[in-house]
Parts: sequence; C-alpha cells; structure tokens
Amino acid sequence: MKMKSHLLPEFMIERDEERCDNCKVCVKQCPFGVHYYDEETGKVYSKEELCVGCQRCVVYCPRNALKVIPYPGHYRPNDYWHEEYIRDIKKQAETGGIILTSCGSARRAKVYWDHILLNASQVTNPSIDPLREPMELRTFLGRKPDRLEIELDENGDVEIKTELSPNLMIETPILFAGMSYGAISYNAFKSLAMAAKRFGTLFNTGEGGMPKDMREEFKDCAIVQCASGRFGVDPEYFNYSAAIEIKIGQGAKPGIGGHLPGEKVTATISSTRMIPEGTDAISPAPHHDIYSIEDLSMLIYALKEVTNYEKPVCVKIAAVHNVAAIASGMVRAGADIIAIDGFRGGTGATPKIMREHVGIPVELALAAVDQRLREEGIRNKCSIIVGGGIRCAADVVKAIALGADAVYIGTAALIALGCTMCQRCHTGKCAWGICTQDPELSKRLNPKVGAERAYNLLRAWSLEIKDVLGGMGINAIESLRGNRDHLRGIGLEEWELKVLGIKGAGE
Amino acid sequence: MINRVSVTDGRVTKEIQACAVFGVMDRSGRRFDGKMIIEAMKNMRVRGNGLGGGFAVYGIYPEYKDYYALHVMFQDDDPDLKQEVDEFLYRNFDVVHDEEIPTNEEANVVDPPLFWRYFVMPQKKGEDKKLSDDDYVVKKVMYINTCIDNAYVFSSGKNMGVFKGVGFPEEIADFFMLESEYKGYIWTAHSRFPTNTPGWWGGAHPFCILDWTVVHNGEISSYGTNRRYLEMYGYYCTLYTDTEVIAYAVDLLMRKQGLPIEVVAKIFAPPMWDQIDRMDEKKRKFYTTLRMVYAPLLINGPFTVIIAHHGEMIGLTDRIRLRPITAGEKGDMLFVSSEEAAIRAVCPDLDRVWTPHGGEPVIGRLNDVKRVEKVVE
Amino acid sequence: MGMVVRLRDPFMDWVRRIDEIINAVNFEGNTAKIDATGLTHKELNDLIRLCVEKGADKIILKNVCGQRYIGTRLYFPGKRVEIEIYGTPGNDLGMFMNGHRIVVHGNAQDGVGNTMNEGEIVVEGRAGDVVAMSMRGGRIFIRDDVGYRTAIHMKEYREKVPVLVIGGSSQDFLGEYMAGGVVLLLGLNSKKHRANYIGTGMHGGVIYIRGKVEPYQFGKEVGIVEMEEEDYRRVEGLVEDYLKFFRGKGVDEKLEVDEVMGEKFTKLVPVSKRPYGRIYTY
Repeated sequence: MKMKSHLLPEFMIERDEERCDNCKVCVKQCPFGVHYYDEETGKVYSKEELCVGCQRCVVYCPRNALKVIPYPGHYRPNDYWHEEYIRDIKKQAETGGIILTSCGSARRAKVYWDHILLNASQVTNPSIDPLREPMELRTFLGRKPDRLEIELDENGDVEIKTELSPNLMIETPILFAGMSYGAISYNAFKSLAMAAKRFGTLFNTGEGGMPKDMREEFKDCAIVQCASGRFGVDPEYFNYSAAIEIKIGQGAKPGIGGHLPGEKVTATISSTRMIPEGTDAISPAPHHDIYSIEDLSMLIYALKEVTNYEKPVCVKIAAVHNVAAIASGMVRAGADIIAIDGFRGGTGATPKIMREHVGIPVELALAAVDQRLREEGIRNKCSIIVGGGIRCAADVVKAIALGADAVYIGTAALIALGCTMCQRCHTGKCAWGICTQDPELSKRLNPKVGAERAYNLLRAWSLEIKDVLGGMGINAIESLRGNRDHLRGIGLEEWELKVLGIKGAGE
Repeated sequence: MINRVSVTDGRVTKEIQACAVFGVMDRSGRRFDGKMIIEAMKNMRVRGNGLGGGFAVYGIYPEYKDYYALHVMFQDDDPDLKQEVDEFLYRNFDVVHDEEIPTNEEANVVDPPLFWRYFVMPQKKGEDKKLSDDDYVVKKVMYINTCIDNAYVFSSGKNMGVFKGVGFPEEIADFFMLESEYKGYIWTAHSRFPTNTPGWWGGAHPFCILDWTVVHNGEISSYGTNRRYLEMYGYYCTLYTDTEVIAYAVDLLMRKQGLPIEVVAKIFAPPMWDQIDRMDEKKRKFYTTLRMVYAPLLINGPFTVIIAHHGEMIGLTDRIRLRPITAGEKGDMLFVSSEEAAIRAVCPDLDRVWTPHGGEPVIGRLNDVKRVEKVVE
Repeated sequence: MGMVVRLRDPFMDWVRRIDEIINAVNFEGNTAKIDATGLTHKELNDLIRLCVEKGADKIILKNVCGQRYIGTRLYFPGKRVEIEIYGTPGNDLGMFMNGHRIVVHGNAQDGVGNTMNEGEIVVEGRAGDVVAMSMRGGRIFIRDDVGYRTAIHMKEYREKVPVLVIGGSSQDFLGEYMAGGVVLLLGLNSKKHRANYIGTGMHGGVIYIRGKVEPYQFGKEVGIVEMEEEDYRRVEGLVEDYLKFFRGKGVDEKLEVDEVMGEKFTKLVPVSKRPYGRIYTY
C-alpha cells in the first residue's frame, strides 16, 4: 500500500540565487534526482528530501552557489528517543523491512586509537632524521619457522637448509582491503590495483572474482578472496594471485552473508563472477564447507593444494568476542596470515543492526590476539593484518606497535578516490563513481586519476610513518611491531589498559 | 595453574574446539583391545591438532566391577595435594584399592600430570544417607572438581575408565598403554582441535560423570543457556568446555529423570516448528510439550556426539546436521565415526554403512538388553 | 595457563620427501599405479602430480583410505587425466578440479566436487554432505544416496552448466541457494524422499526429482512446474549415462531406461532470480 511518508529530510540545500545561473550542472551531477530544472520558470529547484549529502553538486557547481547542510528542523529533543530511532521506526513502519545501510559503524563509541599516544626519543637515545637517513618499511607477510638451519660448506659458504613458507613482500605496511568488483565499480577496483602495483603493495579482490583482463597484469599484487559465495572462483583465479584470502567475516556485518542485488549484476560482473546477468549474487552467512575449525583447516589445505603450496593463505575474520581464541585456532589450522576486521570496518551494504551492534573495536581485538599468540609461542607462525576504520598514519603506527604486521585500508582508500561517506553505497547510485555499476556514473572516476590519488595517499602515510619512527629512534618497521613500550593510554580504565597491554600516560 | 572460577560467576568462559570422534561397540559384549580404535583415530589425524586426545573404555575392571573407579589427575607436583584428595576420599568412601595408573615414560607427551585411580564404595554419613549411591558419588566428585585446586576426577563409573590428555590420540593411547593394558566392549575416542587453553589435560575428551561419557565434535552456541539451566540442578561446569554440559544433561535426563535416549535426542535436537505444525495432534502435542519444558536444553549449534554408558553407545548430531557422522555395522560390531574412511581403515568389509538424518540417534545396545520401546518415530 | 605446546601441523608434519615414497608408484606405459597405503593427503597428491608431470594420463589408486583433495592439485589447463580409486577417498574429492575424470569404486565422503570447475566424477556408492557445493562445471554421478546440503550454491554461466545425478535419495537442504546447473534425484531405492527444505533460497538452475515428494518438502523459493518434452529428453539422456556407469556395479543389470522414466518426475525451478529483493528498506 502506498502511504504518505512521515520522514523529515536529512539535508537542506541552500542555493544562492545571486550566484546560481541555472546552468543545470547540479541536475546532471545528482544521481538521486534532487535537483531539477523547471522549463516554465527557467530555474533550477531542489527536492531536498531526496538529498543524501554526498556533496557532489557542491563540489561541481561552477559558481559555488550551493550549500548542503544538515536539516535544521527536528522533533522535540529527547536524549533517549533520539531522532535516529524515531526516523528508523517510521521508515520500518512504512516498509516493513530490515534497515539497510553501508560504510562502517557511525555510532558514538570509544575510539581507542584516540586514547593512545605515541612516544619520541629525548636525550637518552637519539631520534633519527627520516629525510636523510634510511628508514625501512619493507614488510614480509607469512609464516616464519621457529629457527633457521644452516650448513657451512668447506669454502665457508652458508647454505640455508630450512625451506621457508611462501611470504609476501610489501614496501609499506598498508594494503588495500577486500572490496569486490560489484561492490565497487570497475574503475575504482582498477584504481586500487594500479596504485598497489606502482607502490609495491597489494590490493584485495574481495569476493567478486578478478576480471579476466586484469589477471595477467596484476597477478603479483592481488590477494584473491575465497568467500562463502565462491564467485568467480576457479583454479586459474587462485593461481593468478600473490596470496589467497579466505573471508570468514567482515567487521561491518559479522556473522551474516549478503548479496549483490541482481540489478548490479551487469554483463561484465556476470562474467567475472561467473553467474548469469541479473541474478542475485548471494553470499551465504557461513562457508558451507566450514562449520568448525577443522573444516577451516580443510579449506586452507585445499587452497594450498590447488596452488601447489606456492601461495600464502590468509584468513579474515571480524573482530568478535572470542577473537583471541579463534585466531589461535586459525593459526593452528594452517593460516599463514590472519586478518582481523574491527567493527568500524566498511561495506557496500549491511543491515544497520549488524553494523552498529555486532563486533568489537579492532584495537582491543588486535591487542588480545597478538598477546594470545605470543603466550602460545605461535606468533611467528602467522602475520597479522588489521583493518576496520584505519583513518590516518597515526592509526597505522599504533596498530603496528600493538602487534600488527600491516593494516588494511578500505574506507580511507575510497575517500582518497572521492568518497564523502554519505553511506548510500547500497543504493548503487554513488555520485562519485565508486560504489556503482551504472556505466555513466562509473565514468566519473578515471582509473588513472584514481590510481594517482590512492598512490599519493600511500606515499603520504608512509612518509608520516617514517617521521614518527624517526622520532622514536627506530629506523626499521620491525622494531616497532609489538613494541607497546612506545604507547601510553589516556582516559582509559584499568581493564582497558590491561587488554591493550599498555601503561597509562605518565606511568 | 588452572584458575577455578566461582560457580556463581556468570562469566565462565568456554573453549572453542572441533574434532574427530569415533566409537566402536561389540554388541555381543565381547571385550577387545584398543588396537582398532587407535588405528581409526590415526586415520583422522588431520581433524585434530595434537592438543587433545582421549578414550573411554567399558568393561575394563571386571575384578572391581562393583566399585566406582575414580581416575584422578593431579595438575601439581605438590605432595600435599594428593594427600588432601586421599584424605577426602578415605573419609567419604571405602577405598578397596588404589594405585598409580600405569603409564609409558617413553611416550611422546608434554608435562603429564600424575594419574591415580581409586576403587571405591560410598560411605554415606548424616544427611548424605538420603542420597542414592550414584548421587553421592556425583556430589563428591563435584566437590573435588570445584573445591580442591588442581585435582580433578575425570572418570567415575564402575568397570569403565576414561584416559585422556594433551597430544594426538595415538600418543595418549601410547602414554596410557591402551593397546595392551585394557580390554573393553565399548571404546569411544576423540581427537581434539581446541582453539583455546593448550596444555590442559583435563580439557581433553571424553567427559565423564559416573559411567556416562561424551565425546563431542562442534561448538555449542547455546552453552550459556544450557550451563545456567544445569546449575539449577547442581551441575557445575568447571572444565571450560561446552562438551561438559552434554555429559551433565545426559546424566540429568537419562539417569535421574529416566528418559530414554530416543526422547533425549529430541530434546537436544528437536524438530523444527514447521515440521511439528504438520504432525498429527498427538505427536504435535508431544513435541510441543517437549520443546516447552526442555527449551533450555536444546543444544544449538553444530555437534556430533558419541554418548556411552554401560550397555549402550549412541551417536547423535544436531538437527540440521552441521557436523558429520557415519555409522557402520559388521556382525555384532557397530561403528560411529566422523569419517567413513576411519571405519574402513579398521574394518574394510562392512555389512552396512549409513548416515542418519540430523537429530536421529544411532543406538547400539548389548544383544541381551531388552530394547526400550520406541517412544519416538 | 598450563604449558606451551608447540604448534603441530597434522597436514604437514608427517609428510615425507618424494624419494622416500616413490616406491609406492608403479608406471606402465602411460598408466601409473599408486599404492596409497599409509600415505598422507599431501604425499598422495605429490605423487599424483608427479605422475601427471611425467606424462601419465591414467592413474590407478589402490588402498585409498581417507586421503583428501584427490584431483585438486592438477591444475594443468588443457590436460585431462583419468583417476581410478579403489578404497574410500577422503573429503573434498575433486575440489576445484579442472577437467579430469575420477571414478571411485566404493563410497566417497563429504565435499565431492566442491567448487569443481570441469571434469567428471563417478562414485560407485554413496557420498556424504555438501556434494557438488558451489560446483560450476562438469558432471558428477553418485550411484546411491547423498547427505545434507547437496548441490548447495551450484552455479552456471553461459555454456558452463554443472550436472549432478544421484541414483538414491538426498537428505535435507538439497539445492539450497542453488544459482544454476542441473540436479537429478532418481530415488531408485527409496519409496519416498525424506529431504526437507529442498531448494530453499534457490534462484537459478533446475532440480528434477523422480518419485514421491510432498510440497511441504520444498523451500518457499521454489516453484513446481510441468515437465516439458525438452526436460524428458534431458533427463533420459542423464539416466542413460547413469545406467551405463552403474549397471552391473550395484545397479541391476536388467534395469532399463524406460523403467526409470516410467515413474513420475517433479521439476523444480526458482520462483525468482532475486529471492531476497524485498526484505530491506533504505
């Protein structure tokens, strides 16, 4: 039944009538149909109830005539029945559906990164000048043996007898997180691949397969995902990769699957995922061949078999309550790399209830996992990548000091490409050409320009990391890893400091 | 070493684990050695990770068959600890014989605790006189396991025994010399893949209370609900593992409340409501009532269990069969296993091999035991 | 808590070098025979791969007992070998397999043809759970029954249409989330199919069921449609192959195609390509 919507607009559009010359650029730029041109009056108007606040029209208005601001009207203020609850209830009363959203959790909850401060050298040991002295960020991801066996021959040459497991080499401890072609546009997908290749790091295909035309060129910088939907998964896909990641869960929606709606399954997506056009691409909640930890082991070794034991296998999980115990099991099950995605992790679509209420902060999860693996004497058996809301180079440094080997960035990478966090990825109408399969919208992101922006971000953060390292008197990233002595907490309770394994500031 | 948790503490944590299970029974009652089950477990080595293995054997102590056989592990070298347990047992039981459980020094295991066994008869005093022998033994075992740190009774039935520890099952078998030392008519075994607390010998399976034993593959998502319900009946989970709740639930439902396994299987793994809604009135009422009364004992999440007690071995999976099970028969021999190959490894030529539907038990009984009438189809 | 136990990898720790196990192989012309007795999963697959690299096009495995991933490590585009298995192969038989043919003289376990890409698997016996999971090409024939979640999330793309034929019956969740392909359930030895939740979440492909099955056994995302001429032709072709593979090998020598085809068939197709389009609000 059609009914009148009781919802208030979320944004208000202020159009400066003096500056606006009714050029209609805003009409063309808005995929949500907010702006429209009235032939009769010869003027442009806006339906602000449709506005999502993506700011595309503002940036592209040639005469700076537009302002998009939060809607100032509101219900009677109530600290318990907050506007958001009222709005969601009205929406559900009108539709009867699960509230869908995207990006990462937006709720007010403690951000532990912001309660951790970094150290610097003063007097007792020198800081290092990163602009002029070597500062090493090269990182190896994968299983390391407990010891190296060597043999000295009669000439005094050293022969290594221990066979190393396959490892990945990256030039900065930052990788692009799994974002599928399907969730994001081909141009966004390719932008990240190109940036990763140029910088010497890796991108991650997500669970949507790897477009055939990219396989040869990007095979050495792609982590290919094997997720519950097994889309685009065949032996060639696995063998054209740097590593394979089994995706168990993601921070934005731990414990559930998802689906790419049929209307996004275009011809090229259909050929990449190897499913018919227009069909929902359903990702089941679990892998139906993994109902237990020994089944994870079974899949890990199936993937090692299909790639002739030549690629490291990573297992990605969402940070949940028993994360340390689970991580230990993953390592013992044969994972070479474990990836932990915190509850701030982003997504192209998730039920709001999952995004806002399930999972734990990655800072606490990371600290617990790293500590646990050390207690069990198996930390060297795997590398740890963390992701889920890494916003800046300082977050990266703090993550590594807590014990990560590297970080995944997803949201930050997309912001570099143009994303403004309007949280409307699930509509498929991304005005910035990122989370969309609309061919016209996708063209707004040129992969060359996108790659340049993503590359610049990697460069900028890497420089900042070097700066901070230099200040600590450290010139190789491995000396920061797990070095919690360089962290101090502020505004944290005793139990929080204990979980993080750090002292309070001044201690 | 092991931090005891207060039984009233709602924050008991559990281990997460997965595994291989195997059970074999000679329904004629003939006793056989451990060779067969050890070979079968070796075949499924990749289902475990060397952090836990164990066996339950029925019919091993015919010379003491009327006495409860208590197997106790001492996690601590402290001589006072053993003395404390000895005193407790001598005070509460008539101990007819006790000895160290024979072990193989050469076995490939790390840091084994001290293992001792006591053959005992209850000596009830005062208020305890009202208790049945079985309830008395349960009470005393619970006391040791919750109140005496680092001592742990891990087997307490008559004429049966549990042997378990940290290692692959074949290593644990080697440590306890199961191949040569013991003969039984039911053997069950477990290989463990824990993701938590390595180095805890008590955490291995089987779990035992009186002569009931359980080996389990899976993780119980309803653990918190099940555990808190059982606490109302005096069962306290002290072992940080979800399997323990199944052992206690079985004891409560089968021994104390006298329900047959066919009904208990439907409490643990009931039909879905949409199936119940389609049943005839009598059955619908039965299942509806069962689900209402025993809702807190629905075992949710993936599981395959092998439950055994004297005269009976039962294999059961959860109601949507999230963990595997295969049954096989050859004459009087009944096998239940995580994988068919493990059965074939020790008995290639089976009369019959099958996989029951989720929630439908495979039941092996001694030939001369009168079958319990089937309550449930 | 407790002592630290070093990490032990049950898949790798017992693996011997090729030269220590090579005696298990016996080459005759292009046929290699391997005695799998006592070989670990990886050892057996090391030897199979070695045989293929050395030019074997037929491999006969004797005394297989639980070894996993047979056929998985044979990603050699364009190459096709035949593997005959005596014994009981372990889980994930032919997982990710790319174009080979496997015949099992006996039963198989869980995960037969998991995410298989191309090729054929014939099992002269029964198979366990998740047979043909996410299968995307090739054919699988199982003589007897299969377990839970058979053909779960099977997919097709253009000319790549996977086919699964089961001679016996299936347990619950047959064809769950099925997104393509053809499943034929013959029910040759059962009076009535017991599986529930057949085709739940199905959004592609087709399931043919021979024999008695009630509407309540189907998931709500499937629709029952009339068998058309084309369907009968397709089913008949598959029944012919089934009988060709299994007649005299556990299936009555005298069983004829017409007798199998004489029974009633139910055809299941998805109601929608988008079963979950209407449960969300933006």
